[in-house]
Amino acid sequence: MRGRTIVDLRGAARVWQRNLWVYRDRWYYGLLPNFFEPLFYLLGLGVGLGYYVSSGGQFGEGYLTYIAPGLVAASAMNGAAFETTYNVFVKLHFGRLYDAMVTTRVNMEDVALGEWWWAVTRALVYGGIFLLITLLFDTPVTWRLLLAVPAIALVGYCFSAIGLAFTSVIHIIDVFSYFFTLFLTPSFLFSGIFFPVEERFPSALVWVAQATPLYRAVRLVRGLVNGHWQGLAFDAGYLLVVGTVLGAFAIWRMQRRVIR
Amino acid sequence: MPSPGAVVEVEELVKRYGDVVAVDGVSFEVQRGEFFGMLGPNGAGKSTLMRMIYQVTPRTAGELRVLGMRAGEQARAIKQRLGVVPQMDNLDEELRVVDNLLIYARFNGIRGAEARRRADELLAFADLEEKRRAMVRELSGGMKRRLTLARGLMNDPEIVVLDEQTTGLDPQVRLNLWNKLEELRARGKTLVMSTHYMDEAERLCDRLVIMDHGRIIATGAPQALIRDNLPPLVVEARAELGEGAGLEQAAERLGLAVVRSGDRVSVFVADADAALARLREQGWRLLHAFVRPANLEDVFLKLTGRALRE
Repeated sequence: MRGRTIVDLRGAARVWQRNLWVYRDRWYYGLLPNFFEPLFYLLGLGVGLGYYVSSGGQFGEGYLTYIAPGLVAASAMNGAAFETTYNVFVKLHFGRLYDAMVTTRVNMEDVALGEWWWAVTRALVYGGIFLLITLLFDTPVTWRLLLAVPAIALVGYCFSAIGLAFTSVIHIIDVFSYFFTLFLTPSFLFSGIFFPVEERFPSALVWVAQATPLYRAVRLVRGLVNGHWQGLAFDAGYLLVVGTVLGAFAIWRMQRRVIR
Repeated sequence: MPSPGAVVEVEELVKRYGDVVAVDGVSFEVQRGEFFGMLGPNGAGKSTLMRMIYQVTPRTAGELRVLGMRAGEQARAIKQRLGVVPQMDNLDEELRVVDNLLIYARFNGIRGAEARRRADELLAFADLEEKRRAMVRELSGGMKRRLTLARGLMNDPEIVVLDEQTTGLDPQVRLNLWNKLEELRARGKTLVMSTHYMDEAERLCDRLVIMDHGRIIATGAPQALIRDNLPPLVVEARAELGEGAGLEQAAERLGLAVVRSGDRVSVFVADADAALARLREQGWRLLHAFVRPANLEDVFLKLTGRALRE
């Protein structure tokens, strides 16, 4: 006999706050790599490889400017994924942290939502820093860059939910390598960050690529930054729906994992 | 009908995991202000029952009310007024000692100056004032236990639920924890504790249930349980080599309750000197004989035919 699952937003906020307290003590360790990663990507792929890429981008921009918005989206994806996979798994299975939290007024569904919010926060930090670093290179500075910020949050929302849903169903930590190798890596390479998949892939594969959330995320961020609005509502809606469905599933599953 | 002072009311409560029945239809009440115990071997269903009381295990059937509220439906409200001290250390290793307490206050909706005041008070209660800024991993086992107890008290709970507190602790740490628990009882808290240590249950509990295989096999005050089930004294003795069975039969012929393990026998008696004299009259040699009061361990043995801990 279970009570109805109604998430308490205050409970979720307190779980989010707990993560902030942990982060507060050591943010400088976690944050520094966030600055270097975009720097290396933009140097290697934009400045280096980009020199040899002559056929211009979708909007006639240079290669670095072409890939930058996609890399921003991918960095939000990675931030969200790391936070909701290994970190949550360890808290769930080894630290028994959630078992402790749910003995208070906070219920497990609040904990799951709080972790989701936190992962969105981390994705915002990852993606936001990446966005700032692109300014050091010759990305055109425009007010539209501000539009990328809510888009980064939406990408974080979707990929946190995906990561949380995956974590909520697995029992062995090694299974994450499938998630990273078979989902995140191909997403990164074939979601239109580095080349337009429509032009290079056979139609069957294009269809697969277009179904991945990162494809939508890349289109969304690139479109907003370039002021190319067509189809963006669909991209945003896609991320919102996938995120909401999987996030709700993850909350439900995690509740049953701990309250048993 | 529940009595007016009952803060935990359990009626025909059942918990099944697939085909496994963890709790098999138990009923009891805990009164406000009492130190209530659940005694039983590992796997008796104590922890599952505890988890149901503190709202992290849903019941399969039966009724459960805590502080007059129905389990499940009013889980949050119940948990807010309950202090939980779980069996395993599950402190937040990523936070400092004092933050472990403060975040618990936050989880229960207590904030700011009030939370800090309670944290100070409980750090003193747990003798951890000097460890305030330490990380959890720097604490010894006994300190972790005390911090876990302090954490469970941050919301000033009406009922404190303690699951297998002293398992694996060395005797001195255990004694220290017992003193803390008695202090809480003196302050009027209701305590519900599970244990598989008979001496712990006997010393601390006002009343207890003895559990085995998910059922309650006896309920009462420790001394009453002993009095109702057994003669007050036990003669522990060893027969000469190979004579154990014969000694057992001789004692039984005298109308005494006996438990034998090899050549060791425990004979339950009202008058130890008389019983020893009669056995010696019959020519039995009793080696290393001594007399002790009967205890809850013996009650468990009598009721189940098995020792509490194997």
